[in-house]
Amino acid sequence: MLNSLAALGRRGLNMIQSLGRASLLLLNILRGQACLLSRPSLVVRQLYSVGVLSFLIIVISGLFVGMVLGLQGYYILSRFNAEETLGVMVAASLVRELGPVVTALLFAGRAGSALTAEIGLMKATEQLSGLEMMAVNPVKRVLAPRFLAGFLSMPMLAALFSAVGVFGGSLVGVGLLGVDDGAFWAQMQANIDWNKDVMNGVIKSLVFGAVVTWIALFEGYDAIPTSEGVSRATTRTVVYSAFAVLELDFVLTALMFGET
Amino acid sequence: MSNNRDDNILVRIRGLRFARGERMIFDGIDLDIERDKVTAIMGPSGTGKTTLLKLIGGQLRPLSGSIEFDGEAIHSMSSSRLYAVRRRMGMLFQSGALLTDISVFENVAYPLREHTRLSESLIQKLVLMKLEAVGLRGARDLMPSELSGGMARRVALARAIALDPDMIMYDEPFTGQDPISKGVLVRLIRRLNDAAHLSSIIVSHDVQETLEISDMIHIISHGQVVGSGTPEQVMASDSEWVRQFIHGEDDGPVPFHFPAADLQTDLIEGSASC
Repeated sequence: MLNSLAALGRRGLNMIQSLGRASLLLLNILRGQACLLSRPSLVVRQLYSVGVLSFLIIVISGLFVGMVLGLQGYYILSRFNAEETLGVMVAASLVRELGPVVTALLFAGRAGSALTAEIGLMKATEQLSGLEMMAVNPVKRVLAPRFLAGFLSMPMLAALFSAVGVFGGSLVGVGLLGVDDGAFWAQMQANIDWNKDVMNGVIKSLVFGAVVTWIALFEGYDAIPTSEGVSRATTRTVVYSAFAVLELDFVLTALMFGET
Repeated sequence: MSNNRDDNILVRIRGLRFARGERMIFDGIDLDIERDKVTAIMGPSGTGKTTLLKLIGGQLRPLSGSIEFDGEAIHSMSSSRLYAVRRRMGMLFQSGALLTDISVFENVAYPLREHTRLSESLIQKLVLMKLEAVGLRGARDLMPSELSGGMARRVALARAIALDPDMIMYDEPFTGQDPISKGVLVRLIRRLNDAAHLSSIIVSHDVQETLEISDMIHIISHGQVVGSGTPEQVMASDSEWVRQFIHGEDDGPVPFHFPAADLQTDLIEGSASC
């Protein structure tokens, strides 16, 4: 009994220590952002590896999520003879929730895990120590550009996911199930609000981008420098990111849409 | 910048104590690294030789004691001052620690691009000269994954001397090398030290190669410096610690057996528990 209490306490203390280390790292990463103004090429390279290389998985996933939304939405709405509002349902679901959330989950699996593995392996192969001994700060040189790239990529990928999803919904709704083309797009245009729907979605994806990239970079930087340590850190990135995104989504949704 | 320029000691370590968790790695060691000399730090595996290099480079903080580089205390420096001082140190890691996503040429050019505003043509000339010094000018376009272990260490050496440092620290430079690569590295370290008036610290447990090129040797074991001197003095030492290490004896102050209960008791209790 006492032993399990001690183990619980130890685990709690370790978690608080990790959170402290992660917060300090984030502070240093944010401080390092100023240096990137003079080295934009570092960010561009990371935008390619974090953002552009995630393009395919986002497009394919967005298309199928939109198609499923079109299919399910049609069956439910047609019961109430409201199939013409299918466009609104698909677009609102995507820009408010599914776009930012599913993109963040996919981003954590594709780019987040890659970031953790890359930083963890750089640590295990002493590349980060090597940079320090060359008088180059690895937080500014390696982590800061990756953080900015993750932060900027997420809203773009989420927008892409939503756009392709809406196209997938119209493909099924209009093309396959015979919903009126004009009604599909006109209802969407009339009922989707720029600030309430679109901008809130963008804010969510910015928050998710920052959090997922922060978790990925911290887990890599804090990983035990062995193959097992890096493998565990990569798993933790995906698991913690998924929890963080889903919990934050609830909090943000409550704050953004709670009063309406 | 230098408080003790006339002093012949480049790195002065006094009363250094350092622990990892409960385990004391260094328990009050005093050590001097002289200028323009090749100094070897030797000792059995796990005695903290690499840790000592990281303490000198300011990557780790001691529990107590002081480490001075050219008269300046490493661990009371601001972060920016520490980075400035590191430009005067080079370090050759055991793995080479080359950046794997850029070519050999770019690896050697990296510190020059980061810390100088030299023109591209000058950087190219400097990099080719450094690569020529380690015999790898022809490998400039290769990626680190295409190099053998020995070549990777030579490229890392070219990178370490790119900024013409005052001191180079070598972490196990001979480990895992074939006899040819070992010979090449031994000669390179000595030649670079003498030609560029460097001070070199070699951490190693390869006795033969290290004795061959060192001017001074310190042997560390169990958190203490157990022997110091020139290679001749170390070879003639009557210290049990030094003798066991230099001659590779399997038992002595460093026991062959990890501490355990009596074998007979262990076997009987072991079979009972099954």
